[in-house]
Amino acid sequence: MNSENQFLLGTRAMLPIIVAAIPIGLVFGAVAAANGLSPLEVTLMSALVFAGGAQFVAMDIWTHPASWTGLGLAALLVNVRHVLMGASLGPRLAAFSPWQKYLGLLIMADENWAMSEARARTAPLTPSYYAGMSIPFYLNWVLASFIGAVLGAFLGDPAVIGLDFAFPAVFIVLVAGFWKGPSTGLVLMASAAAAILVHRYVEGAWYIAAGAAAGLAVALLAGRFGKTVPAE
Amino acid sequence: MTLDPNTFLAIVAMAVATALTRLAGAFFIRYISIGEGTREALDAIPPAVLMSVIAPTAFATGWAETIACGVTALVATRLPLLACVAIGVVTVVALRSAGL
Repeated sequence: MNSENQFLLGTRAMLPIIVAAIPIGLVFGAVAAANGLSPLEVTLMSALVFAGGAQFVAMDIWTHPASWTGLGLAALLVNVRHVLMGASLGPRLAAFSPWQKYLGLLIMADENWAMSEARARTAPLTPSYYAGMSIPFYLNWVLASFIGAVLGAFLGDPAVIGLDFAFPAVFIVLVAGFWKGPSTGLVLMASAAAAILVHRYVEGAWYIAAGAAAGLAVALLAGRFGKTVPAE
Repeated sequence: MTLDPNTFLAIVAMAVATALTRLAGAFFIRYISIGEGTREALDAIPPAVLMSVIAPTAFATGWAETIACGVTALVATRLPLLACVAIGVVTVVALRSAGL
């Protein structure tokens, strides 16, 4: 299959997620504008940071003048899950040249990463397919947040029409696709329990890192346990 | 179209921190030999990360969200992505307007 087809296949697979990201981007732009950021600053943040979770957290803790240490640290914390995601995705990028790989990783977000992992289970992940998913998704986020910043207060609360639920729903469907049996159930229970506990008692975005680490720890333990049993 | 120097510095700090997290995993995994145990642990990362992101919505926000998450998970095995998301969103709106 040629690379143009691969690009279009990737875009088509990503389309529902791109549509779901439009209201989120609009809301981010509006929230940022309400925090006193200009449309130029909003667009720069979306283009350079390109991480919705970290950008919303930044709006929660925004100060005047902005504190680069506090905001940089918050972004590091919210996005530390990317380290695990990159470790998982890295070996799937065998068909990428070095610059394709690192450029691709620079625009890796939850959504295109999860879709890449899902794709890699059924077919080799090509650079064109990854670009077809990621480039429209990236441009869409930057444009939506710019429009949101310009429209600002004209936009209402996304919770009224349930759009705040679009991304949790996307992630649930993707989780279901990663089900491999009872061992996945153990991982999910450990991640959920740790995430909820930390979310409840610790301020900030630590819960994502805690949940991911708990799931990984259970998988490592289950792997070790699974190997010792047949030997007996 | 203003660009405040403090805001710009904060955006750059966020961008650098985020870029580091994006590159670090794929960089370091090259120096780890991937045996069967490592592969299984790496395979657990996608569901673990996604579950951690949705857990507060699914279990600690309200009954409308919890039920809507359950409904979405039920249809997830049978329907395509967009249909599942639509069902989830409609469910959460219906339950919220019902006062849950």
